[in-house]
Amino acid sequence: MMRAVRLVLCLLFLMVCGVASAHKPSDSYLVLNVAGKEVTGQWDIALRDLDVAIGLDQDGNGALTWDEVRGRQDAISAYALSRLALASGGASCPLHVTALLLDDHSDGAYAVLHLQASCAAGITVLDANYRLLFDIDPQHKGLLRLTARGQTSTAIFTPDRPQQALQVEGASRWRQFGDYVLHGVWHIWIGFDHILFLLSLLLPAVLVYGAAGWQGRDTFRGSFIEVLKVVTAFTLAHSVTLTLATLGVVALPSRVVESAIAASVVLAALNNIWPVFERRRAIVAFAFGLIHGFGFASVLLDLGLPQSALLLSLVGFNVGVEIGQLTIVAVFLPLAFAARRTRLYRRVVLVGGSCVITLIALVWLFERVFDFKVIS
Amino acid sequence: MPARFLFAILVWPALFSTAAQAVPYIPKDGRQVVEHLPSRADPVQRELARLRTALNAQPNDVALASSLAQRYIELARVDGDPRYLGYAEAALRPWWTMATPPEQVLVLRATLRQSTHQFPLALTDLDQAVKRDSTNVQAWITRATVQMVTGDFPAAKASCMRLYSRAPQLIVQTCLSNIANVSGQGPASYRQLAATLAAQKDPSPAIRLWVTTLLAEMAARAGDTRAADAYFKAALAVDQADSYLLAAYSDFLLDQNRAPEVASMLKDKTRNDALLLRYALALAAMKSPDAAAQVDALRDRFDAAMLRADTVHQREQARFELVLRKNPALAVKLAKLNWAVQKEPADFRILAECAAASGDADARALVAAWLKQSGLQDATVLPALRQLKVAA
Repeated sequence: MMRAVRLVLCLLFLMVCGVASAHKPSDSYLVLNVAGKEVTGQWDIALRDLDVAIGLDQDGNGALTWDEVRGRQDAISAYALSRLALASGGASCPLHVTALLLDDHSDGAYAVLHLQASCAAGITVLDANYRLLFDIDPQHKGLLRLTARGQTSTAIFTPDRPQQALQVEGASRWRQFGDYVLHGVWHIWIGFDHILFLLSLLLPAVLVYGAAGWQGRDTFRGSFIEVLKVVTAFTLAHSVTLTLATLGVVALPSRVVESAIAASVVLAALNNIWPVFERRRAIVAFAFGLIHGFGFASVLLDLGLPQSALLLSLVGFNVGVEIGQLTIVAVFLPLAFAARRTRLYRRVVLVGGSCVITLIALVWLFERVFDFKVIS
Repeated sequence: MPARFLFAILVWPALFSTAAQAVPYIPKDGRQVVEHLPSRADPVQRELARLRTALNAQPNDVALASSLAQRYIELARVDGDPRYLGYAEAALRPWWTMATPPEQVLVLRATLRQSTHQFPLALTDLDQAVKRDSTNVQAWITRATVQMVTGDFPAAKASCMRLYSRAPQLIVQTCLSNIANVSGQGPASYRQLAATLAAQKDPSPAIRLWVTTLLAEMAARAGDTRAADAYFKAALAVDQADSYLLAAYSDFLLDQNRAPEVASMLKDKTRNDALLLRYALALAAMKSPDAAAQVDALRDRFDAAMLRADTVHQREQARFELVLRKNPALAVKLAKLNWAVQKEPADFRILAECAAASGDADARALVAAWLKQSGLQDATVLPALRQLKVAA
């Protein structure tokens, strides 16, 4: 008879399932708000589920008090954070729990975790890896709502789909392109090594070297053409290597690249003090431009490239670099041309400036070759 | 399924507002009880903890895993909490994705799969189980049930026939009558089952509960309300907490305009979604001021189910939309989606009622076709069929 009872229990069970599963199954609610490179959010996890996973009911009497929950705050945070990872552009965005609250849902009380994360750069695609409770309850689901720039999207995490790349809505193609243009401009302006290299090549562009040393050029047109040749050569060269390195065709160790960039600045500045390749500056700009392109590429790769918009972001970044570069030229050329015939320009700015640049670049070279910090 | 998909996409973002955006708070008093959990002192929980510990030490012990899964499945039935079904699945994890798992895992996996309405997968498991051991009574019963739920009556009948000489007579007859009653042999199957139960000496309470509940439903379908009421009361005398029985009796009472009895019977059982629905229906029928709050609570639960893209509740949701939210257009959509998956009498009834209320031609055609195909005779659907002008 025992056997029959067992059978019937199971059969009855099937009938009950025909009615409806009585309670709500286990879900957690994850709300993430993306703004730039910052992510804030809220994560609601049922206290029932947390109790099964890490034990909340310390006295085991079935009546869970707020003190018991609060007493396990660190364990709750540690458990939750070990089951959720966010990343953007290949770099992880470390998550923190900033507060623990409670909320009453229709099926019971939930722990509410306030979340905060910073990514390395502006987020266009957020990679989320969710593994909460899947080991204990494979029917558990994580329900995500993602908000960015006023747009909302949703996703469901299941044991079959724990990893999802979330396109940040509202990050339109043009917006993405614009972001990368800004990154390019910004990188040139804060990348002193590129600026100093460019300046070292541009300083003598308003002068001619002859038997009597440095003399001012006669026409603005001559100076302009000289600048144009240097800038074009530099641009062509770094565009080639930036593209090749970003697409993964060529790769160089970053320490080699950074050291070579420092060396290029030293050589370009020394050439102003003891001119060696005075008439072939465009060629030098091209040759060293190839190295600088690798430097740009490492920045771009660190930013994280959305595979869906690889070319767009590459072009955007390059356009940004050129805009930043042209802005510097636009400020430099008129000033230098006006001052070209003065002793101040030829002695102090050109020679003195080049000495200072050489010195700085030598320190960089030393730092980068020996991986040692002298100036921050 | 594209309709469901579209529906989910359109409604989803709006749903979050009700499901997950209440106002979080920090309780003022640390001693405040914030949640009730199963007590660790409870004998059932202690037994489960013991089995879990043993299984953790030997996660590949199939006998241990099966008995833990079995306990969880039983607990899900008693308690109504689907989390236990997830725990059961976790216990079976080493065999969960195997094409040919051990036999005891097959029936359990089928049971869990049908609980999430994965009927074809469940049947694949059960076919394999009976092929490997044609004397596996549990597999034949579960197979008959899944086939009946999906409306494959000839196959379900064939599965029941395999129980002859392998299971007690009462179980064989219950299996057969259950199918015959909804496929054109209403009165005969009802009489046969009643006679078999009467002839049985001292059936176990579980079997008595099961058979009397079925007899009550058969009597209601036959329009014999007096007999139905008596059978329901007899079943309640065996177990007054069985949620399937409570839901079935509530439906009967609601049909008989006896809503106040439903309200008092279910007022403390509203953690259960199916019973909350009946409770809210009763309050609405009584024009109680409390009805609105229960409708809101139900909406929260259906919203939460939709957020996780669950379709297990579509029958109840259709009824909710039709009767409590007065939205026949949405109700008929849900009823049709549900009908594509399961075809029990309750599924047919909500389809017919939604078809009548909405005037949906598709749904009406489905109703007419099923009546013709199955030969179902059900007095509780007659009002809707008359409205649809479909011959019963």
